[in-house]
Amino acid sequence: MEAVITTSSPPSPLREFWQGFSSNRGALAALIVFALLALAALLAPWVAPHDPVQQFRDHMLQAPVWSEGGTWEFMLGTDELGRDMLSRLLHGGRVSLGIGLVSVLLSLLPGVILGLLAAFYQHSLAPAIMRVMDVMLALPGLLLAICVIAVLGPGLINTVIAIAIGALPGYTRLTRAAALAEIGRDYVTASRVAGAGTFRLMFSAVLPNCMAPLIVNATLSFSSAILETAGLGFLGLGVQAPMAEWGTMLSSARDYMERASWVVTLPGITILLSVLAVNLMGDGLRDALDPKLRRVS
Amino acid sequence: MFGFLLRKLATLAPTLLGITLVAFGLIRLVPGDPIEVMMGERGMDEAAHAEMAHRLGLDQPLYKQYFDYVGNLLHGDLGQSLVSHLPVSEEFKALFPATVELAFFALVLAVSLGLTLGMLAALKRGSLLDQGVMGTATVGYSMPVFWWGLILIMFFSVQLGWTPISGRISVEYEVDRVTGFMLIDSLLSGGPGAFASSVLHLLLPGIVLGTSTMAVVARMTRSSMLEVLREDYIRTARAKGLSQARIVVVHALRNALIPVLTVVGMQTGSLLAGAVLTETIFSWPGIGKWLIDSIARRDYPVVQAGILISALTFIGVNLVVDILYGVVNPRIRSQH
Repeated sequence: MEAVITTSSPPSPLREFWQGFSSNRGALAALIVFALLALAALLAPWVAPHDPVQQFRDHMLQAPVWSEGGTWEFMLGTDELGRDMLSRLLHGGRVSLGIGLVSVLLSLLPGVILGLLAAFYQHSLAPAIMRVMDVMLALPGLLLAICVIAVLGPGLINTVIAIAIGALPGYTRLTRAAALAEIGRDYVTASRVAGAGTFRLMFSAVLPNCMAPLIVNATLSFSSAILETAGLGFLGLGVQAPMAEWGTMLSSARDYMERASWVVTLPGITILLSVLAVNLMGDGLRDALDPKLRRVS
Repeated sequence: MFGFLLRKLATLAPTLLGITLVAFGLIRLVPGDPIEVMMGERGMDEAAHAEMAHRLGLDQPLYKQYFDYVGNLLHGDLGQSLVSHLPVSEEFKALFPATVELAFFALVLAVSLGLTLGMLAALKRGSLLDQGVMGTATVGYSMPVFWWGLILIMFFSVQLGWTPISGRISVEYEVDRVTGFMLIDSLLSGGPGAFASSVLHLLLPGIVLGTSTMAVVARMTRSSMLEVLREDYIRTARAKGLSQARIVVVHALRNALIPVLTVVGMQTGSLLAGAVLTETIFSWPGIGKWLIDSIARRDYPVVQAGILISALTFIGVNLVVDILYGVVNPRIRSQH
C-alpha cells in the first residue's frame, strides 16, 4: 500500500471571502444587478438611444412601448418635455452612482485619518476630534447635507460635498472604535517595540485590521448617498435641471403623475433597485468579511 | 440615577455649544456679503447697508455677536423672519406640533407593526412568513421616501379616492387651535367627523415616514428575539412547563427589547430627516417643509432656527432614549 500524502493549505483570504459571499444568494443576485446598473451607467453615452436633454416636441408624455400609444423609438416613453425616459435614466445613473462613489471616497479618506488620529492620540487630539463629530452627528445625514447646501447653494459638486460631510462622522467613529480595539493587541506592541513609527503603526499595522467594518460601512453609506442625492434632487437642492438625475426627474414629474404614471414609477423603481442591490451586497459583505458581525439568521 | 442623568447632561454641553456655533456661523459662511444675501439685492445704498448692519448687530465684533445670539436664544428669541417679518419663535410654535404629531404617529405605527412582525418572524423562523417579513423589511429599508409617498398618493388618493392628497384636515371643518395637535383639537371642537378627517389626513404621511423605521425595527426585533430565545433562562422556563405565550411575552420579549430600544432612538434621526421629504410631498405644515421653503426663499434666520431646532430635538430624543435605556437596563447606569 502506498501512503497518500495530502498537503492542505488554508484557502487564501480572497477565496475564503468569495466563498462566504457567494453562498449568500441574495447578495450574489444583488451583485449581478448592481454590476448591470453600473455598466449601463458607464456606457450611457454609447447605449442611450437619444440625447438625454433633447426635447421631442411631437412626443411629449408618450407612453412606454408596452402600453397604448407607445413606440420602440421611445421604449420607456417620454417626459413632459418630450425627452426620452430611457436615455435620461441611463445618464441619470452616471450622476447618481457617480455622486455616490465620489462622496464615499471623500468621506472615507478623511474619516479614516481622523479616526486613526483620535485613536492614537487619545489625550491630545481625540477630545477635539470627537466633540466636533458629536456636533455633526447631532444633525441626521440628510439634514446635515441640507445645512451644507444652505450655505454653498445647490449643484452637482455641492451635493457631493454635502453628502460626504454628512457621512464623515460615521467613518471617524467607526475607525476610532476599531483602531482602539487593535491598539492594545500584542502585534501592535511588538511592532512598536521593534521601532515602528506612529505613521507606520497607523497605516500598516492597525488599519488593515480595521478594514472589514469600514468596507461594510462604505457599502451602506454608498446606498444612503444614492438616496440622499435623489432626496436633495427631489427637494430642488441637488443637481439642477436640465441635467438628468433620478431624484430631479421625480420632482419635475409629480405634476403629471395622474396622466403619465411612468414618469413617476420608472425613476423610482430605478432608485429602489440600486439602493436595494447595494444594501443586499452590504449584508453579504458583512457576513463574508466579519463572522463576528454576522447577524443571527 | 440622578448622578447618571447629570453625567449625561455634562457630556452634552460641548455638543450644544457646537450646535449654536454652527447655527450662528451659518449666515456668516454664505459666500458674499451677509446683508446683501439676506436682502436679496446687490449694490445696496451705503447708508441703508450700514443701518441694516447696525440693526442686525453685524457691526459688532464677532465674539460679541455670538454672545448676543446665545443670550437671545436663552430668552427664547430666535430672530425675525425676513419674509413674514414675524418672530421665528412664533412661526415655530405654530408648526412644531404638526411635525411632532406626524413623527409620533409614524413612530407608533412603525414600532407596533415592526415589533409584531419581527416577533412573528423569529417565532416562525425559516417559514414563508419569516421570509416574507424579512424580504419586505429589506425593501422597506431601501425605499426612497419621496417616491413611496408619490406612489401611495397615486394609488390611494388619485385612483381610489380614499385618502386626501395634502394638508392636515378638510377645509369644511373649522377647528379651534387649542393644543396644535390636530387629532386632539378636532375632537375638542370639531366632533367625530373632523376627527376622522384628521386621521385620514395623517394616514398616508404616517405610513410613508414610518416605513424605514418599521423595517429596521422588524429586523432588529427578529435577530434580538432569536438570540434571546437561545438563552438558558428560556430553556429553564420551558422546562418549568410555562406556556409558549408566557415565555415569549414575559421572559423573551423584555430582554429582546433592549437592543430594539437603541435602534428606535437612532431612528428618530432618520424620522426628522424623513419628515423634511414627507412634509414636502404631502404639503404638511411642519418644521421640515418650513426649513426647505425658507432655504428656497433665502430666509436665513428661519434656516438658522430650523437647523438649531432639528439638532436640539434629535439630541433631546436621544437623551430620553439614553435615560430609558438606563431604566430598562440597570447595568448601564453603574458603568462609566
